[in-house]
Amino acid sequence: MKIHEYQAKELFAKYNVTTQEGYVAQTKEEAIEAAKKLGSEMYVVKAQAHCGGRGKAGGVKLARSIEEVGAVAEKIIGMRIVNKQTGAEGKLVRKVLVTDAVNIKKEFYLSLAIDNENAAIVIIASGAGGTEIEEIAANQPELIVKQLVRPTIGIKDYQARYVANKIGIAKANVKEFIVMLKNMYKLFVEKDCSLVEVNPLVETEEGKLIAIDGKVNFDDNATFRHPDILELRDVFEENPKEYEAGQHDLNYVSLDGSIGCMVNGAGLAMATMDIIHAFGGEPANFLDVGGSATTERVTAAFKLLSDPSVKAILVNIFGGIVKCDVIAEGIVIAAKEVGLNVPLVVRLDGTNVEKGKSILKESGLKIYACDDLRSAAKKAVEMAR
Amino acid sequence: MSILINKDTKLIVQGITGGQGQFHTSQMIEYGTNVVAGVTPGKGGMETLGVPVFDTVKEAKEATGANTSVIYVPAAFAADGIIEAVDAELDLVVCITEGIPVMDMMRVKNYMVGKKTKLIGPNCPGLISPGESKVGILPARIHQKGHIGVISRSGTLTYEAVDQLTKAGLGQSTAVGIGGDPIKGMGFIDVLKELKEDPDTYAVVMIGEIGGSGEEDAAEWIRDNMKDKPVAAFITGRTAPAGKRMGHAGAIISGGKGTAAGKVATLTECGVKVAPTPDMIGETLIEAIKEAGIYEKCLVK
Repeated sequence: MKIHEYQAKELFAKYNVTTQEGYVAQTKEEAIEAAKKLGSEMYVVKAQAHCGGRGKAGGVKLARSIEEVGAVAEKIIGMRIVNKQTGAEGKLVRKVLVTDAVNIKKEFYLSLAIDNENAAIVIIASGAGGTEIEEIAANQPELIVKQLVRPTIGIKDYQARYVANKIGIAKANVKEFIVMLKNMYKLFVEKDCSLVEVNPLVETEEGKLIAIDGKVNFDDNATFRHPDILELRDVFEENPKEYEAGQHDLNYVSLDGSIGCMVNGAGLAMATMDIIHAFGGEPANFLDVGGSATTERVTAAFKLLSDPSVKAILVNIFGGIVKCDVIAEGIVIAAKEVGLNVPLVVRLDGTNVEKGKSILKESGLKIYACDDLRSAAKKAVEMAR
Repeated sequence: MSILINKDTKLIVQGITGGQGQFHTSQMIEYGTNVVAGVTPGKGGMETLGVPVFDTVKEAKEATGANTSVIYVPAAFAADGIIEAVDAELDLVVCITEGIPVMDMMRVKNYMVGKKTKLIGPNCPGLISPGESKVGILPARIHQKGHIGVISRSGTLTYEAVDQLTKAGLGQSTAVGIGGDPIKGMGFIDVLKELKEDPDTYAVVMIGEIGGSGEEDAAEWIRDNMKDKPVAAFITGRTAPAGKRMGHAGAIISGGKGTAAGKVATLTECGVKVAPTPDMIGETLIEAIKEAGIYEKCLVK
């Protein structure tokens, strides 16, 4: 789960990770109010949207007066950020964060993430802050410092001190840096984060250490034990179909093709996309109905597939635990509710397959039944043309 | 022969009184798995499906001599379930549960260092040694006893592969679903090592997916260690977009790493035949064992 920068900074404040004062605004008027509260000489107005590259897209602007804050906020709210991360449709900006501007002397990159291979939390830091860490990793990997932290031991002062020295934190700030990094670690562990990132962390002309940007992601598997974090969820930032799928415990990812897919199991769902592609078609989505599909879930899944861009639907079920008759019933109910107006290709195999097939046959729906994955994929590609 | 489980496996079911536990315990018993005990805290002393229930794994082991456990408890309690099985010094624990918090698995993985217990999963279908024992949720019907070892990160794709093998007259020594989570117990190489040592396994099918580097590491290990046993592979997720988690927590391409193309290239360089599409898994394995001159030997009589 992702949250906005302003929410990340609120968490930073709670955990004593130094950041500048700021307020979120959804209108020009609110932005002006925010600036008045701050009463600075220089402000930064930042687009709040779940994507990177906001600065490059013109979503981060300096303002020298309260009036300018209003003018800039008006421009940013309602803009669309379009880049590699957002895809062609882009991300609509609905909020801005208004903060004090700081006098930057030096920028650093600092984050905590999960190192799956080593089953540890990893500190990643660099003296080359401000840019994407992937870029630094690709172009100047020698500038990146990493330290593994064992969750059973926790972060040690020496690790933070080592990182501080390696990335060139000023001697006078090392103690403060250690405290900051340990507080970030505390946040990471206590809230089941998958990423806590400060980019950039800056040393100001006045010699202060401040997190002027913040990104915090959470482990979706652990949000059940953090109701406070779940409240930070901004559903407007999510793909509506993916959100709807999540409400039914379905794994769904929107894609650009014309063949709607419904499959049980993530691996088989990806494999189904691959074989469609191999036969010259394009999948419209990834959809895993999961191992314990009920008729209701299958119905919800099937409804997700009804979209103008979908020219054919391929259902691929290898029922081990999932029973084919349950899937068939769901398909029939959903097809009758939403109206089936594109060709439907169904491959059912496994538990209760005969029962499932006869339910589909007796439904009177026009269904192309196939016995194996290859013929089903070929048929779906042909029908989508 | 087989790996990890066989006819001598004595199984404890953790979470036996829950819905999943009940259904799959009856399926496992029906298949012939020797389920000797169940564990549900607070329900010790009762009996279900003809199996005695205990409060703790240690008590269940002491009373029955069990050596393996399978976990069907909800995600919030599953990590504790694994630690309990490790502390009871079982040989093997298989965790079916999906959705365990990453931080919990991280602690489990660190705790298990130096312990004797092996872990399969979590978020996996379990494993089966056809004709001997089934531990998990795999559909028994599609399997038959034979000489092909199967390892996979995906559940239903394992079934697809096994089904293709069985229909082609090839049986399985053991089929293992290692699970789709990024932090898990046994990985590809751990299972490959077992299969290498198993005299009844003549060849291996390995099914990987996008994300992580387990397949690349396994490819190099295969090149250096599996000269006498051909391996065929399939990697799913060739058309998956970067940055999107494809169902499994571990199935994500990030920072340009973990792509299917990269995995296929490494496997091919290391001499592993890779099926181009999921319907070709069986055929690709057959090609590999024919080249090795062991096709006839692998066929089920």
